[in-house]
Amino acid sequence: MGKLINDGIRVDGRRVDELRPYRLEVGVLKNADGSAYIELGKNKIIVAVYGPKELHPKHLALPDRCVLRCRYHMSPFSTDVRKPPAPSRREIEISKVIREALEPAILVEEYPRTAIDIFLEVLQSDGGSRCAGITAASLALADAGISMYDLVVACAAGKVDGTMVLDLSDIEDKEGEADMPVAVMPNLNIITLLQLDGILTHEEFKQGIDLALSGCKKLYEAQRKALIERYFKSGLNQQEEAE
Amino acid sequence: MPEVKRKYVIPGELITEGNYRPLANVVKRGNKFYSARIGLAEFGQEGVRVIPLTGPYIPKVNDLVIGKIIDYSAFFWQVDINSCFTAYLLAKNVYGKNFTPGQESLVKKFDIGDLIAAVVTAFDRTRDPILSVSGPGLGKITKGEVVKIAPTKVPRLIGKKGSMIRTIEAGTGCKLTIGQNGVIVVVGRPEGIIKAVKVIKLVEEEAHLADLTQKVQAMLGVKEVGG
Repeated sequence: MGKLINDGIRVDGRRVDELRPYRLEVGVLKNADGSAYIELGKNKIIVAVYGPKELHPKHLALPDRCVLRCRYHMSPFSTDVRKPPAPSRREIEISKVIREALEPAILVEEYPRTAIDIFLEVLQSDGGSRCAGITAASLALADAGISMYDLVVACAAGKVDGTMVLDLSDIEDKEGEADMPVAVMPNLNIITLLQLDGILTHEEFKQGIDLALSGCKKLYEAQRKALIERYFKSGLNQQEEAE
Repeated sequence: MPEVKRKYVIPGELITEGNYRPLANVVKRGNKFYSARIGLAEFGQEGVRVIPLTGPYIPKVNDLVIGKIIDYSAFFWQVDINSCFTAYLLAKNVYGKNFTPGQESLVKKFDIGDLIAAVVTAFDRTRDPILSVSGPGLGKITKGEVVKIAPTKVPRLIGKKGSMIRTIEAGTGCKLTIGQNGVIVVVGRPEGIIKAVKVIKLVEEEAHLADLTQKVQAMLGVKEVGG
């Protein structure tokens, strides 16, 4: 295996602090209460939110808040070798961490005795699909009109060839030394997900957090733009004209 | 008239700082106010609120809703009111206090699939909404066209002091029953109904724009309708 970083340029031509190209869209599914779509590098993920809705069986409902259910799923055609469609150990785990990354952002007490379902379908996978999934899922929740303290945006940092880099691609994730996904509520400055696969020194860890937060900031701007595009575009034009 | 400032916001966005009262869809941290929904934030003397552009219907007491009977038992009907809670219409509220199950068959009054106009008489965090059909204009809906819109757009369809609904009724010759849950029944002549449905969909799509009533008035060829 050759070097993954040459003269500060990574295998896909990015600098160490550069995100892969991204695109976000809100309201892509008619039948869901809220939906969003994200492309981040080769990742293509579609997210649908249903709810709040009545929870069946009823004994699972909580009297004072809603239940959040999350399903992260990779479609059989999302990888280069067909992936069996049954949920794997990895998918079940990622579903759980995504749910726990989104839960602090939702005003769950506003919807007692109900459930909110989040479905993340990975159509094409690359490295960092959980982060892309979280970013899109929070948009879909906002699109569904669910009360939230803040949007959640996620981005990974990691260590490749001894250098801290932002937003690892699939090959960097597999061949690199460490991968650290971070999800954050940008306005409140609260981290809701922090995982680390590999070993980092204290210095590298701090550098990694700073890198990941800078990536999140850029993605948050994209989230904002996607929501404005969907909801206020015509209204903003009118407002500008009036001014 | 006190000055009210408006701005478009997304969840987590700072609306304003200062000594205000949080009214709706607002999160207060210290003396800063953040939006909890996508919508139009309004802040002024009265307080800070966000008028959401999307979201589910959460029942409120005294709301007029249009629901569909989905099931019944010996004591009550279950009604789908386009919300995350199933509503209940109690048989004793329909037949009177002396109602005894077994003597009356609930299905004779309202069958599964029937549409009803009803008022929410009780609802809170701990229990499902209870409906009542006693009152003028309430009860079974036997005719008309049903249109569904997003529940958050209902206030816009009604308009300030009912200006929008009066405009539509005058322009189409139809009678509109608007449920707060986003279900609307239009009764009238077929050509009027077609026109009314078109206007309702337009209002839903452009609910966040200003001067909508004037636009609808121009579309229907109606002049200002007095209250």
